[in-house]
Amino acid sequence: MLFTDLYTYSLVGLGALFFCTGTIGLLRFPDSLSRLHALTKADNLGLGLVVIGLLPQTHWPLGAMKLIAVWLLAVLASTTVGQMVGEAIRRGVPFR
Amino acid sequence: MVASTWFGLGAALIIGLSLFQVIINPEPLRKVLAFNLLGSAVFVLFGVLARRGGGRIDGVAFADPVPQALIITGLVVAFAATVLAVALVLRLLQAECATQDHDTECRIDD
Amino acid sequence: MTLTLFADLGLLIILLGLAIITAFARPAFVAVAAYMAYGLVMALAWVRLAAVDVALTEAAIGSGLTGMLLLGAVAWNQRQTEAHPRRRQIRLQVPATHPLLIIVVAAVCAGVSAVLAWVVVTLPEPPTLQVEQVRLALPATGLGNPVTGVLLAFRAIDTLLESVVLVFALVGVWSLADDAAWGGRPRSLRLVQHSHALTLLGQLLPPFGVLMGLYLFWAGADAPGGAFQGGTLLAAMWVLALSAGLAKVPAVSNRQLRLLISIGSLLFLAIGLAGWAGGVGFLGYPAGWSKALILIIEATLTLSIAVTLGMLVAGRPHRALPR
Repeated sequence: MLFTDLYTYSLVGLGALFFCTGTIGLLRFPDSLSRLHALTKADNLGLGLVVIGLLPQTHWPLGAMKLIAVWLLAVLASTTVGQMVGEAIRRGVPFR
Repeated sequence: MVASTWFGLGAALIIGLSLFQVIINPEPLRKVLAFNLLGSAVFVLFGVLARRGGGRIDGVAFADPVPQALIITGLVVAFAATVLAVALVLRLLQAECATQDHDTECRIDD
Repeated sequence: MTLTLFADLGLLIILLGLAIITAFARPAFVAVAAYMAYGLVMALAWVRLAAVDVALTEAAIGSGLTGMLLLGAVAWNQRQTEAHPRRRQIRLQVPATHPLLIIVVAAVCAGVSAVLAWVVVTLPEPPTLQVEQVRLALPATGLGNPVTGVLLAFRAIDTLLESVVLVFALVGVWSLADDAAWGGRPRSLRLVQHSHALTLLGQLLPPFGVLMGLYLFWAGADAPGGAFQGGTLLAAMWVLALSAGLAKVPAVSNRQLRLLISIGSLLFLAIGLAGWAGGVGFLGYPAGWSKALILIIEATLTLSIAVTLGMLVAGRPHRALPR
């Protein structure tokens, strides 16, 4: 019991750290493309770590599969949005 | 204070802010947006009532279902009203554009 | 206990910040983007208020569909302003913008907030609401989710009228068409700039999204979910396919389309009238039949809501039918 809790704390904490890093990048990076890079990559890793950390806390297998499905859907959505924003930046749409 | 009371206070604040914008902001689309914000905060106020009327069964919190159902109905009706408002605003903008420029270049792009 | 209170206060602060940006940000685009984020955070707040059904509806309709609609309108307005920079804007202004008037309005709004806050703090204990009545009456409906019970059995008249309101809103939007475009297709939702990533998403996501929408409708009998949440998800998948250019918006004169839009309300009304004729009252269900009838009503409502919401997002007819 204690071991799984410790595992969850450390992985969710690490995930939160990735979210923080991504947000700092979003706020501090100089141009749109690098901000996009910080946002999409760090956040997806962070979400993945949070999901892996939460796996032992939920019902096996249905709850776990739902969590993994949430992660996959979020990755798919942010990949698409990242691509589209990137395309818009290359076309010269002003993003500030 | 319990958390639901704090949410109620936040909703009261948002109602004041958005009411100000509904009255003061002259742009039609911003008025519609502020009106949506106003509605959403009113729903939260109602949701706080629902939470107070609820309780806990086996450690799982639940809220009064009657206000919840009314809020769901309200959200859908608010969306219907917003669609109609936006359609009217776009039509108005297009009509205004056509009268000012005396041309037909004001169509929504295909 | 205190830890969850901290989390709730954090949530509340984010909500307030996003609401302030939505209300006061200068560029309309920023305001609408903040509103969409506000809707998503608000869905979390609904979960904290133990209203998961409302959270699902808020995320799907309040944030998703409303945001998409307003974003489209703002983008159109912006393109028009850029194309014709000297045109004067429409302004719906209070008679004068005298500073004194603004102060008066601000004072009135602050007063409204203060009164509401006072009401929230001094609400009577214990609250008198209908939890007990619903819990006692719910087993007769065969449902496990009290919110669905209220929506489709105890206050079915609200839900019937709500589905009619959606159809009327669509009639209202369609009636704004130019004479020449009447009965034609709404403007294409397809993005002007083609994006391969969006096409991929439009091909990959809908099977899962449709499954999820049907699940939400089916699970709604016993768990959070229902016709409106499921129907909105189906509509979102349709709109995604439309904006990726994988499907075409049907012409509004299409008979099948009109049947799909109205069948939900019509069947609901017919079953309600049958209950009246059969002696159990308008919108009453005969004993033992309620679960089956509710599922039939919900299934058709889900379909009608999905098509109606999709057509509402598509907007008024824009191109005339080919003769």
